[in-house]
Amino acid sequence: MILARPKTVSSILALVGGMKSLVVAGCQECVTVCQSGGRKEVSCVAQLLEIAGKKRGFPFEIAQVTVFRQCDNEYLVPLDVLMEKADACISLGCGVGVQFIAERYPTVMVIPGVDTVGGGGTVMSGVWEERCAMCGECILAETTGICPVTRCAKGLLNGPCGGSVDGRCEAGTDLPCAWEMIYHRLKKQGRLDSLTRIRPPKNWAHSGSGVMRKVIREEVMPCLSVLPLK
Amino acid sequence: MSIGPAAKVIEARTGSRLEKVLRAGHFAVTAEIGPPKGADGRRIQQLAALVKDYSDAQNLTDNQTAVVRLCSLAAAVHVLNNGGEPVLQMTTRDRNRIALQSDLLGAASLGVRNVLCLSGDHQRFGNHPEAKGVFDIDSVQLTATVRQMREERLFICGEEIKAPPRVFVGAVENPFAGPVELRVLRLGKKVMAGAEFIQTQVVYDVEGFTRWMEAVCAAGWHKKTFILAGVTPPKSAGALRYMSRIPGMKVPEELIRRMEKASDKLREGQRIALEIINHVRAIAGVSGVHIMAINWEEAVPEIVSMAGLYPRP
Amino acid sequence: MSFEPKILAFCCHHCAYGAADLSGVLRLQYPVNIQIIRVPCSGRVSGEHVLDAFVKGADGVCVAGCLKGNCHYQSGNLRAGKRVEILKNRLADIGIEPERLHMFYVSASMGALFARFMAELVETIRDLGPAFSGQEREGGEQLDSRTS
Ligand code: SF4
Ligand code: SF4
Repeated sequence: MILARPKTVSSILALVGGMKSLVVAGCQECVTVCQSGGRKEVSCVAQLLEIAGKKRGFPFEIAQVTVFRQCDNEYLVPLDVLMEKADACISLGCGVGVQFIAERYPTVMVIPGVDTVGGGGTVMSGVWEERCAMCGECILAETTGICPVTRCAKGLLNGPCGGSVDGRCEAGTDLPCAWEMIYHRLKKQGRLDSLTRIRPPKNWAHSGSGVMRKVIREEVMPCLSVLPLK
Repeated sequence: MSIGPAAKVIEARTGSRLEKVLRAGHFAVTAEIGPPKGADGRRIQQLAALVKDYSDAQNLTDNQTAVVRLCSLAAAVHVLNNGGEPVLQMTTRDRNRIALQSDLLGAASLGVRNVLCLSGDHQRFGNHPEAKGVFDIDSVQLTATVRQMREERLFICGEEIKAPPRVFVGAVENPFAGPVELRVLRLGKKVMAGAEFIQTQVVYDVEGFTRWMEAVCAAGWHKKTFILAGVTPPKSAGALRYMSRIPGMKVPEELIRRMEKASDKLREGQRIALEIINHVRAIAGVSGVHIMAINWEEAVPEIVSMAGLYPRP
Repeated sequence: MSFEPKILAFCCHHCAYGAADLSGVLRLQYPVNIQIIRVPCSGRVSGEHVLDAFVKGADGVCVAGCLKGNCHYQSGNLRAGKRVEILKNRLADIGIEPERLHMFYVSASMGALFARFMAELVETIRDLGPAFSGQEREGGEQLDSRTS
């Protein structure tokens, strides 16, 4: 899922100072699972804004809505009527959701209510960890299912740096060294020789540091012949 | 890019003094010079003049510990201008493959004949912890890149280089981090990528170093590369304690106690360095020492003389 | 006109509500400013409930559960305590005094303690004054005081 963590409500308040009508929009997908942007969070953020509005003596009018998925245009329909009179929309969806809302309602200010962190999962209740940096060229088969791009602090592809001590990463004593984990797992699988293979420089053009990426699947696209003629 | 041919021990072909010394079978001495945190090059010039006759080459660190300093390339030129033999350290932390290859061409054009490839200390503990780490390529890939540029005359992208950089290529290894088996595998990988010399992390734990060297020799890597053991004369017990906390460093407790008890700390520090040099010199497969007298470069001439390694060939 | 704070207390069925009951049986007085909502466990009280109380005009809110280690659902009271801490921070973040929100651990046999704590809470909130200035208060409106 996409991991996100809530922004402070005060930082949102700083942006909506003179406004009256707000929409707080949640999403039922990833941000619900990582408890930063689902229905409950929407309700809390809306209530906090309402309390702050009353406190300043000029209450907001706040609408709450949590859609099935913000990153899919068709699910944004419930926002249409609410956005008509909104001065701003606070989206608790990930950065993708925020942008889809902003694209659909170009005349309304859209404010991210969360900081989007990355691709990860739940390691225990209340703890979510990043696992994938979405580099666009997955090498997990060679690294025993442990992603060095994400989990090695330096994103090294050819083994550990000199800073790993007792299995800990030099960049933080609470983090395990990804390459030592890979080593142990390769050893268990009897594939240590894979560590001797030199991996060439990675093609970062597939990653987020290149141009905006697009995935196109012709067979999924609408068939022109059945589209109504203009 | 094609990488991976095992480094062949070939005739000196880079014009590097360090390469000549090593290939001639002498016990090599390199010294580290830390560039200042300012735009004043005089101290590097003085230090270069001070240590050049007592070492075969001088390493210029590249924003060591991720702290901004005068750049290693400019420092290398200061050393060249003062009759020294610079080893240009290059980390992959701050520059992508475009900048690294470009810097290498520039350095070679100015007369730099040695380069040391590192990934670099993580920026989180430097003086700009909010910086974005580049890590476009890693140290193994950088090593292979330099060899490819020199021998195959090709950039990473495969385009031809008209005037290739003739530099002697080194890499680093930390014998004390993690399982010995993994450390030897990784050393081997660097050698396969083309590292002609290896400078190690500071050795205080002589026993640990000996064990690692045995494993290295068992794998035969000492025949395919020159291994220089890192030596740092401790200035005080506090300095030792500080170093013992650096990730990947091992400092025996008794050494710290010995420094605490010593009345003349500087003398004792030099003596410790001397003992370690003598010790590693006797270990099979060790081709030299790399003296990193951090903020105490003045100690180098005396240590080298005391070790009987002066004059240099 | 003197300020009479409105305070909502979420009391767990097993302990806090029992304590409130007992203080009644013992004929102990505690201020009428407190309105109690009985909940199955203090862990059931989520951020929404607490914030909704403030939105609806409460000047102070208290979440009361069993003594630590005595929760009938093992750890509901501990979770409630953590939630209250987070909510205090979120209230402070928007400029509301965090002292308006309290977590309170009590056993069913502590009727006197319950009454004393409630009296103290009323005084604390009285000193802080109304949560919102005059005209924005939804004065007169009774807080919803259903008890389970
Ligand atoms: S290699 Fe790339 S795609 Fe695969 S897990 Fe790592 S970041 Fe994600
Ligand atoms: S210690 Fe391990 S995980 Fe951390 S940067 Fe070095 S190789 Fe990567």
